[in-house]
Amino acid sequence: MTERTTPIIEISHLKTHLGKHWVHQDVNLTVNSHEIMGIVGGSGSGKTTLLRAMLGLLKPTAGSIRLFGCELLTASAETWLKVQRRWGVLFQQNALFSSLTVLENVAFPLKEHTDLDLDSINELALLKLLMVGLNRDDAVKYPSELSGGMQKRAALARAIVLDPELIFLDEPTAGLDPHLASELDELIIALRRTMGLTIVIITHDLDTLWRVTDRVAFLGQGKVLCVDAMDKLVKQPDPTIHAFFSGARGRVAEANHNCE
Amino acid sequence: MTEQAVLSYDADAQRLTCKGEWDLLHLTQIKKALYQIQWKKTGELTVDGQVIQKMDSAGALLLVKWRALHANEIAIRFENFSQEHDDLLTMVAKERGAEGGIPEAVKPPFLARVGENSVQRLIEFNAYLIFVGHLTYEFLRILRKPFHGRIQPIASAIYSTGYRALPIIGLLSFMIGVVIAYQMGVQLRDYGANIYIVNFLGLSILREFGPLITAIMVAGRTGSAFTAQLGSMKINEEIDALDTMGVTPAELLIIPRIIGLFIVLPLLTIWADFFGTIGGMMMANSMLHVSPDDFILRFPQVIPLKALILGLGKAPVFALIIASIGCFEGMRVKGSSESVGVNTTKSVVLSIFFIIVADAIFSVIFSELDL
Repeated sequence: MTERTTPIIEISHLKTHLGKHWVHQDVNLTVNSHEIMGIVGGSGSGKTTLLRAMLGLLKPTAGSIRLFGCELLTASAETWLKVQRRWGVLFQQNALFSSLTVLENVAFPLKEHTDLDLDSINELALLKLLMVGLNRDDAVKYPSELSGGMQKRAALARAIVLDPELIFLDEPTAGLDPHLASELDELIIALRRTMGLTIVIITHDLDTLWRVTDRVAFLGQGKVLCVDAMDKLVKQPDPTIHAFFSGARGRVAEANHNCE
Repeated sequence: MTEQAVLSYDADAQRLTCKGEWDLLHLTQIKKALYQIQWKKTGELTVDGQVIQKMDSAGALLLVKWRALHANEIAIRFENFSQEHDDLLTMVAKERGAEGGIPEAVKPPFLARVGENSVQRLIEFNAYLIFVGHLTYEFLRILRKPFHGRIQPIASAIYSTGYRALPIIGLLSFMIGVVIAYQMGVQLRDYGANIYIVNFLGLSILREFGPLITAIMVAGRTGSAFTAQLGSMKINEEIDALDTMGVTPAELLIIPRIIGLFIVLPLLTIWADFFGTIGGMMMANSMLHVSPDDFILRFPQVIPLKALILGLGKAPVFALIIASIGCFEGMRVKGSSESVGVNTTKSVVLSIFFIIVADAIFSVIFSELDL
């Protein structure tokens, strides 16, 4: 299929100036369709800034970001809305609306963006909740009544409720216990398979990187230092990349992955 | 033969061919088309998915639901769906699982809610008493070493709650004075009793409006700030951190704030009295032609010192109400930042409520004592 190789995200020569220094000096990155792309880098390397730029929450200084073939930096409001309907975002702090129940949270994008009747909306929202592994009874609870892992799942359900082609996950496994984190990894893989998603993951979790991603982009010094599959990335000679993966944790994660 | 944009149905061959995009965008259209068709009730129906261009979980759900609806009338077979679509259908069918719809949230009956609310209030009042008792104990404990570096937090409380509030309190009191003088002036002018504006204005400002308006403004400005500050520190676990370091939050955060406001509110009240009187005086001059000279000359003759003292005497009580409720609500913040907002509102409402209750009690006591 030719579609599989079409780029979903094309970032070229992105420059971002924040405060007094350049966060991005020259970022070039292409994410292909149906791909799970990890974005890593040390603290302060501009991962979150890059995500915010892709989501349009922050205007980069120069460069170009194309999503689904639309240039975002000069896009009209209508184009934006079209693009926004095709993506879903899981924020690091879940960003569930605390005044709505879980089901209302998940149904919210449907209510805003479709003309379906309420029954269909609730049905679809409930389906998404069940898909991410929540129970029927959780649907009427408020986010504050759920545990961290369940909130994460509910937020993921909201991100995929419009059947997006692309989802962004910001630190999806942060703050979860190892068991929940690996469950979430499996969930991400399963969602990609069944829904044909393209997924961009920003994470520090080395196990997730090994388990889930197809390719990983390493950010450092304001650039993408390398984009490659994990097993090739860890062999890169670049000192920043080497230091990132060669610590005790990096070696353990690699060993674990190789055992499996 | 039924032919539509999203599906075509061949009644003879009993073959339903799905076409086009079965996604969220076209869901209403597909649903209409699907439920319009007259089905044969016998034999086997084949659903062909070969030429379907796109299917998402919404389309899959529709198809699965529709199959379940007709399952006991006719045998339905899905055919030629691509692997991905097949996976999607299987997954949707699995997750639908046992039917049951969305569970209803249970809402307790009216009486039960009233009861629950009352108990909640009692528990809260109890917690407030515990809080006050705890503070008293802490206060007595730190009295033994009163100057153990706690001057700075008190000074900073005085600065932020008192000094920074001077402009707004002054301005608002001035305007209150103007308003009162105007309303009284209208009545007094009819009787030619212009000069009595001094009596009325002086007494009402010094005894009631000065302390009350100041306290209400400070409750809105400072009480809410106390709650928000302590509340966000609580969420940030700063309070817990202090506790583990052997510095109680009461000692470092709460008592300095209470002492600070205790000192500041009477001072602010004098400030408000002053500006309120000035405002009234200006209005009296322009409306009733009572010149400032006359006003100032008459003021000490008709307004006893008692009026000022009684008014000022309320201020420390109001200060204790505002500061203790503000800090109490701040310390009761838990969980998320949402609770900071809720408790801040609560703190302001409760402070103003109890300020007015206290003021009413003062009025009753003063009238009983003929003050």
